[in-house]
Amino acid sequence: MTVVLEARNLVRDYHIPGGLMKKAKTVHALKGVSFSVEQGKTLAIVGESGCGKSTLGRILTLIDPATSGDLLIDGNKIDITKGDLTPEMRRKVQIVFQNPYGSLNPRQKIGDILTEPLIINTKTPADERRERGMAMLKKVGLDERHYNRYPHMFSGGQRQRIAIARALMLNPKLLVLDEPVSALDLSVQAQVLNLLADLQDEFQLTYVFISHDLSVVRYIADDVMVMYFGEAVEYGSRDEVFADPKHSYTKTLFAATPRADVASIKARLAKKQAA
Amino acid sequence: MSQAAATSAVSTDPSRRARLAEFWYYFSENRGAVIGLVFFLFLVLLAIFAPIIAPHDPTAQYRDAVLIPPVWQEGGRAEFLLGTDAVGRDMLSRLIYGTQFSLFVGVIVTTLSLVGGIFVGVIAGYFRGWVDTVIMRVMDIILAFPSLLLALVLVAVLGPGLTNAMIAIALVFQPHFVRLTRAAVMSEKNRDYVIAAKVAGAGHGRLMFKTILPNCMAPLIVQATLSFSSAILDAAALGFLGMGAQPPTPEWGTMLAEAREFIQSKWWVVTLPGVAILITVLAINLMGDGLRDALDPKLKRS
Amino acid sequence: MALLEIENLVVEFQTATGPFRAVDGVSMKVHEKEVLAIVGESGSGKSVSMLAAMGLLPWTAKVTADKLTFNGRDLLGMSSAERKKIIGKDISMIFQEPVASLNPCFTVGFQIEEVLRIHLGLDKAQRRKRAIELFEAVGIPDPAERLGHYPHQMSGGQCQRVMIAIAIACNPKLLIADEPTTALDVTIQKQILDLLMRLQAEHGMGLIMITHNMGVVAETADRVVVQYKGRKMEEADVLSLFESPKSNYTRALLAALPDNATGDRLPTISELFVDDPSLQGAAR
Repeated sequence: MTVVLEARNLVRDYHIPGGLMKKAKTVHALKGVSFSVEQGKTLAIVGESGCGKSTLGRILTLIDPATSGDLLIDGNKIDITKGDLTPEMRRKVQIVFQNPYGSLNPRQKIGDILTEPLIINTKTPADERRERGMAMLKKVGLDERHYNRYPHMFSGGQRQRIAIARALMLNPKLLVLDEPVSALDLSVQAQVLNLLADLQDEFQLTYVFISHDLSVVRYIADDVMVMYFGEAVEYGSRDEVFADPKHSYTKTLFAATPRADVASIKARLAKKQAA
Repeated sequence: MSQAAATSAVSTDPSRRARLAEFWYYFSENRGAVIGLVFFLFLVLLAIFAPIIAPHDPTAQYRDAVLIPPVWQEGGRAEFLLGTDAVGRDMLSRLIYGTQFSLFVGVIVTTLSLVGGIFVGVIAGYFRGWVDTVIMRVMDIILAFPSLLLALVLVAVLGPGLTNAMIAIALVFQPHFVRLTRAAVMSEKNRDYVIAAKVAGAGHGRLMFKTILPNCMAPLIVQATLSFSSAILDAAALGFLGMGAQPPTPEWGTMLAEAREFIQSKWWVVTLPGVAILITVLAINLMGDGLRDALDPKLKRS
Repeated sequence: MALLEIENLVVEFQTATGPFRAVDGVSMKVHEKEVLAIVGESGSGKSVSMLAAMGLLPWTAKVTADKLTFNGRDLLGMSSAERKKIIGKDISMIFQEPVASLNPCFTVGFQIEEVLRIHLGLDKAQRRKRAIELFEAVGIPDPAERLGHYPHQMSGGQCQRVMIAIAIACNPKLLIADEPTTALDVTIQKQILDLLMRLQAEHGMGLIMITHNMGVVAETADRVVVQYKGRKMEEADVLSLFESPKSNYTRALLAALPDNATGDRLPTISELFVDDPSLQGAAR
């Protein structure tokens, strides 16, 4: 298997400039994170707010640069501050955001949203762009009559499908999914997760799945990395991590996740009776 | 198929019409706005068809009919429905032709300051840093002058006349649009859809004007309507001070200035242009309020 | 006797495109010292029905019900002044966004003391003493000092604790928690849920948990009402709901949980109950 994404000791510091009364300070959002993902696999990055998982997502998507450390995509080292960001590189990584209500331009029709990446990056003629947009729309489970509508006419789940379709228009190798289902209802969440699984099988996509929801992670991930205050405290295959968490934070996280199975309800009710 | 069932449940209405219908629903809830709109459309028609509607040439002087009162007063004549002025020109015709000038001033001034303000404001809000600082300090300096005074100075430099007056007023209005655009751009800039466009490879120009700007238009449209009326008002003020349109142009402010000496004796020469300005400005402001209600999502109730 | 009794509640909103029925004939009862969970996805009307019961909806909403009583008193018929006396005192509510629910201009101490002053009429020293007690009860460390903090100085979890302290300040008989942990991290969610359950047991309150999270339901509820598109799908005690759900919708909802995933793909709701006639009507 080829390694699509490799990160070596990624660090990201934010410098907060001092004002009249405050001293300047440095926040270490990411304190040296290393991992690699093979083609067609899913790495889940788990953590709570402020653990640096979104910062990491932005670095992987080539939006922000890392302060130090190496990022290799498809075996090529990329440093966006040095102008390594060629259109070909750009096309290899795409992102899907958490909030489907904020990630689609409300003034653009779905068709324009889907074909915009092609207009920017390729010289595809207009009718071929349209064709590819339509095809992608069908691929994510919508149909042609949605092509000329605006985002506000769609439900959250449908919008997330559109956001996924947009990310796939440039045939990327790597998709960074930043909490893609946490704003969705349970039933829609299942549909979107299925869609992601289908697309991964079809295009051999590599996913970096950022999430705080352990039950979703357990379902979708091949490898899991748990982050806590900018550090990767646990990193391993899904079964390893879920069966035998090593770090105390991982254990706390597992213990805090509410369980919706009959056995734990019975246990709780029994405890309540006894009290 | 699961997906087909899910998609068919969501709205199937054709896009633009539904949005217009929603806009009209909120706009028409404000009765004042509808009245304002109707009156504004009436003014537009008047301006377009002025040569057909006006009974007389606005600059023709009837030497036998100087300072004739309106028709319903003693001494009024049926051919001069609203009377005549000091050199025997028909008031009604002059007022009707005056509409042309007022709307012209409004359109030109608003367009100039809107286009300039948007351009500068988008750049300031998008790039921030020193570009932003320089632009905003210049705008602050313009804002620090009393607006009419600044316009007067500019006209004095450029020379009196309607065109120069319009340029001066447009310049004075500019900072309001710059600030509004900048604020809107700054709040939109970090939204996910902008980052998504960036990830798709969009450059600065595309991000600024194709991605962000269309989402900042609602407050600008409202501000444009309101400055439309202020432009009319300022142009009239400059005309009144002799720095705007020059006689014999039938511009409302200029008409007021010419009639100043009759303020005690011949009320209609002064009052009628004043009333025309008042009603026009009021109508446009009411319309602007309605627009704000309909376009501002924060005020939407549902 | 039931604490809160709702029969055939209908809520309609006037919108640009005509009336919209958000709640369609929902009935439920909450008993004393009971935890009732109302589960549903967005648009199921779970929050709206509670807001309607408390009279907190905007004027565009039309609320009708055959019966809407709290502690035997008719909530629909009473004047708004009378209702104000009950709401905030005997019934209180906490919301999803703790930071947004607190007024950023005042210290949290001022906000909790305001409630004590309005509803209980305590004097200044008593108010402060009680506020400190309440902060201790909800597990805020250093309560005396924390009273002087502004909401933005506290984390989301701390703010939710403050909200809970305000909500239980007057020893309410019924606490309505509208997605109280949705905006919080998992570990904080656990703490807040534990806190709510402890307070509920200690004070013997009725508690209504409005949530979309089946895990939260499983961890807290005695009885569960499942809502979908403004209608009640099922009402059952928590164990039988999870063990043997009666309605197809509940069954579909439980099957869609990734925890229960058996194969490669998750079953989706529409596949499972699109042929259920009872839902064809609801999903207008």
